[in-house]
Amino acid sequence: MDYQFHWNIVFQKMPEMLQGAFVTLHVSVLSMLIGIVIAVLLAIVKMNHSKPFCYVAIGWIEIARNTPALFQIYMAYFGLGALGIHLSPYVAVLSALIFINAGYLAETFRGGFMSIPKTQYSASKSLGMNSFQVYRYIILPQMFRRIYHPMTNQFVWSILMSSLGILVGMGELSGETQRLQSLSFRTLEFFIVAAVMYFIITKLVLFSSSLISRKLFRGEI
Amino acid sequence: MGSLFTPLSWNDTGFILTGVWNTVIISVVAIGFGTLLGVIVGFIRAESNRLVNTLLGGILDIFRSVPLIIQLILFSTYIGAIGHPLEPFVAGSIVLSLYSMAFMSEVFRSGFESVHKSMQIAARSLGMSYWQTIFYIRLPIGLRAVFPSWLGVALSVIKDSALVSVIGYMELLRTSDQLISRTQQPLEILIGVGIFYFIISYPLSLYGRYVERKMAL
Repeated sequence: MDYQFHWNIVFQKMPEMLQGAFVTLHVSVLSMLIGIVIAVLLAIVKMNHSKPFCYVAIGWIEIARNTPALFQIYMAYFGLGALGIHLSPYVAVLSALIFINAGYLAETFRGGFMSIPKTQYSASKSLGMNSFQVYRYIILPQMFRRIYHPMTNQFVWSILMSSLGILVGMGELSGETQRLQSLSFRTLEFFIVAAVMYFIITKLVLFSSSLISRKLFRGEI
Repeated sequence: MGSLFTPLSWNDTGFILTGVWNTVIISVVAIGFGTLLGVIVGFIRAESNRLVNTLLGGILDIFRSVPLIIQLILFSTYIGAIGHPLEPFVAGSIVLSLYSMAFMSEVFRSGFESVHKSMQIAARSLGMSYWQTIFYIRLPIGLRAVFPSWLGVALSVIKDSALVSVIGYMELLRTSDQLISRTQQPLEILIGVGIFYFIISYPLSLYGRYVERKMAL
């Protein structure tokens, strides 16, 4: 192999790479937070079976789960552009990630809720709790325990999929890497460093998530 | 205005269908190789000791913790740099197969581990050889248990195959991209593409849910 690696240029551009990594974290955290809120609404609507809204929720969930993330991003960036709604790359990627996260998490939440037996509700009621207390002290804590790991996975997925911003010229870690390598033609070096950074970010997220879960659930999962 | 752009016409159907076909082909290849390798690696991980397991798990973890798009760019740049450029289809299939192998090996490992040790002992005591217990007891039972999860991974591979477009493979999304730059009608084309993906993916996910429900009963 006669390829010479030149790492210096990559280390010179490290601040910009880190800036990109920050944007990656930023967009994925935001997409998770807003996604969770919408997912809760979607799950509630879907379980209520009130007709017109129920179909909207089902449509949202199935489209989000059955089409590629890249398609959603193109739709937000080019598709909406045709309607006269011009989103910046950041907003386009963010809204696509929110759309998908909401769809996946809605099913997670619904599954978590359904997995709590209805008898628990009656039992708590017969102990004299009111509805709010039943949810606050009995149902939701158990549900949270079951959806915690799927939620962590979804967060990791968001971090990895935000890399698709590279295709619409967004300045997150991949997009920034793409820009920097096009200035210096050290494609391999820059993308290897980017891959290592993604690996570290993912591992840090998983590690802190398991620390938090140990603190929250005290090992009983 | 004698325009640079020509509107979408029925003549483009063939072009789009080529894209659909290419998406299907690369998905089938990646899922096929991914499953084959996944079963083997999953079995090795279920059988081997802690050291081998941690080592193997660490390597597979790389595929799951680095975005697929970066893996594709790195691989195609690397084979170009060392002077053996591959066809986009071949390069894409290799990366996508390894990617799906990483996920599927985890699925199959849990499948093999779900077959209880006592069942293997019972099979051996009935006079089956080591390989017979593998082929008649552990494989069928272990594989059946994880079928819904396997289908889930396969579905995500179909969707992720859209990313192979970045290294120049003419799959569905890239054909639509080219049509968009010619016709300037992004909305119609993208909606059409979305419907195609949905038609491929939705029946499979419905079937997966059906099987899951049946197995839960």
